[in-house]
Amino acid sequence: MIAFILRRLLAMIPLLFAVSVITFFIIQLPPGDFFDTMQAEIAQQGGSQDARTFEVLRERYGLDKPFWFQYFRWIQGWPEGDFGWSLGWNAPVWPLVRDRLGYTVLLGLFSLLLTVTYALPVGIYSATHQYSAGDNAFSLIGFLGLSLPGFLLALFWMFLGALVLRIDVGGIVSSEFSDQPMSWAKLVNLWNHFWPAAVILGLSSTAQMQRIMRSSMLDVMNQQFITTARAKGLRERTVINRYGVRLAINPLISVLALEIPKIISESALVGVVMSLPTTGPLFLRALQTQDMYLAGTFLLFMTFLLMVSNLLADIALAWADPRIVYE
Amino acid sequence: MSSELQMAEGKGVTAARAHDALLTQSEQLFDLYRELDVRLAKERYAEDADGLVAAQRTRDEGRYSLSQWQLMWRKFVRNRAALAGGIIILLFYLVALFGNFLAPYTLTTRFRDRIYMPPQAIHFFDNGQFAPFVYGVKTGLNLETLERVAEVDPTVKYPVSFWVKGEPYRLFGLIGLDRHLFGIAGNMGDESEGAITLLGTDRQGRDMLTRIIIGSQVSLTIGLVGVALSLSLGTVLGVVSGFFGGWVDELIQRLIELVRSFPSIPLWMALSAAIPAAWPPMRIYFAVTLILSLIGWTWLARQLRGQVLTLRNQDFVLAAKLMGAGNGRIIFKHLVPASIGHIIVVATLAMPGMILAETALSFLGLGLQPPVTSWGVLLKEVQDLQSIALYPWVFSPVLFIVLAILAFNFLGDGLRDAADPYTR
Repeated sequence: MIAFILRRLLAMIPLLFAVSVITFFIIQLPPGDFFDTMQAEIAQQGGSQDARTFEVLRERYGLDKPFWFQYFRWIQGWPEGDFGWSLGWNAPVWPLVRDRLGYTVLLGLFSLLLTVTYALPVGIYSATHQYSAGDNAFSLIGFLGLSLPGFLLALFWMFLGALVLRIDVGGIVSSEFSDQPMSWAKLVNLWNHFWPAAVILGLSSTAQMQRIMRSSMLDVMNQQFITTARAKGLRERTVINRYGVRLAINPLISVLALEIPKIISESALVGVVMSLPTTGPLFLRALQTQDMYLAGTFLLFMTFLLMVSNLLADIALAWADPRIVYE
Repeated sequence: MSSELQMAEGKGVTAARAHDALLTQSEQLFDLYRELDVRLAKERYAEDADGLVAAQRTRDEGRYSLSQWQLMWRKFVRNRAALAGGIIILLFYLVALFGNFLAPYTLTTRFRDRIYMPPQAIHFFDNGQFAPFVYGVKTGLNLETLERVAEVDPTVKYPVSFWVKGEPYRLFGLIGLDRHLFGIAGNMGDESEGAITLLGTDRQGRDMLTRIIIGSQVSLTIGLVGVALSLSLGTVLGVVSGFFGGWVDELIQRLIELVRSFPSIPLWMALSAAIPAAWPPMRIYFAVTLILSLIGWTWLARQLRGQVLTLRNQDFVLAAKLMGAGNGRIIFKHLVPASIGHIIVVATLAMPGMILAETALSFLGLGLQPPVTSWGVLLKEVQDLQSIALYPWVFSPVLFIVLAILAFNFLGDGLRDAADPYTR
């Protein structure tokens, strides 16, 4: 098991290298650079700036150098936690990314937790009460959840909040609290902005996992060892929980590994719609202004997050299903 | 029966005899039950039990003689939700195809005096006679709240007519026409008197219905083109990967792994940000589809690889090989057609993702830019909550997006079940 984890970690290194080169390449793709965007913006506001100034700035930040030179300059700072300089914020990139990444991970984890706590019992119920009214109702809800992507749901929620509930639903905290010190009321307000985002983010994954759990549970409950367990006179609760769920949960864990990337992906969009401090809004702004080190670091770390969560899901599967042998 | 058994036991005959006796007993019981079945059936269907059995048999035989496609069709039609989804999709694409004719106006038609007008009711009967009309509307600005207000003016009626002469357009981009399906007679837009705006107007006084219909042309085709692109790439690479195995498979699988290690939406965002805004709309459109299919193909390739891995070892492939067919022929004449059902299913299920991705990118301002109009572009225009709260009808494109996504999902689900017609 430890050897397996180590090997997976080692295999991540070349992948991460390839990813970083591709990331840097993509970030460099747009014609022009940050100073072109800046020049255009200044010109738009009616100001003018000497073109020579930008040449000097370009030289100073190494933007006139070839691709590989810039790339290695970028990665050589990594061991010291230096991921470049954000030209848009005039600040080092890492602290900006770190805070956003922290909130994204928190939101993602919480929505994953919600997902599992809902999907697991609902899936079991649906399978043990197949074609009952409850099963059909849950299936319908699941199908709707599967068809409605997070950012549309976020829009719906904003719409509902603004039009029907008349409450402030966007942002991390209501505006009246934004510059206040932490208090109980502020914490409640924070929470009230947090959980809807987590629910919205997890909804499509919930639907998917509920379906998987249902079908997997149905498969398992038809197997002979279940009949045997019943024939031995075990209580139905024991049969379901100790025998059925124990086996049926394995596909759920594999699907979990597929859902995590979706949640990471979607959090960027939902973050933009609901103006949450996830990676999304800042990443979007960085892309639009060609703030390349910031955008690149964001993309790099979102990818890294995805790789790590895939690894964790694999480990969880190996731990839950002793039949899986990793050589 | 039981007395016979007792007798046998009484005489102390071997266990084998007793076993035989039991067997005959059960056989007799079995015969009795069968007779009972037949008798019951005869009673229930009075005269024609034999005919019924025969009918059942021919029905079974009929099913055995059906082709695979006919079997799939039968199974598909039985799934009502999938059928409904399919019909909705078909309607959507028909509307998109004839959009310029069905929409009462064009994208550039503006009503400067009808900004943010709410949806208008259409009245079909006038004094008991079928004569559809809409009332006139007076719009203005509420000077206290600065809200746009509209007031129905029941004294003015505008008759709605069909095949009405309106602004000129090009059907399919080719045929120049100036007739629209419906509209107000003599109405050429802007400065004219009446207007029919069934879904209201936006902040520039443009008809929402027209914009949604024309927008569907872009939104729905981008899914088609994107899926077609990723299908061709995914089919070739997936089948090749599964068929050849070895280092080719290894290489393609590593490539897929590399592409998939990026989170899709951020990668799409980064790539779309690289599209120069100065490009002509058509080129941006194709760039966006290309970007969307850049990730889409990996999923298709994985699915097809699995399919081919199971097909590869089947007899018909071996037979083809023995008859001297080359690899290309085996792949494109045998493996691809054998997995075509699977390919269609995967393609249908990939459609909603493509449509949504385009919507999301345009919504963020990274994808298509106005004047090109897609559903995502329409959503981008209503990003501020203020306008949603005051003029909720500008939010209506969302309903069409959700309907399209749901329909595609239902259709894909039904197709997936139908693609395997032998399981029930």
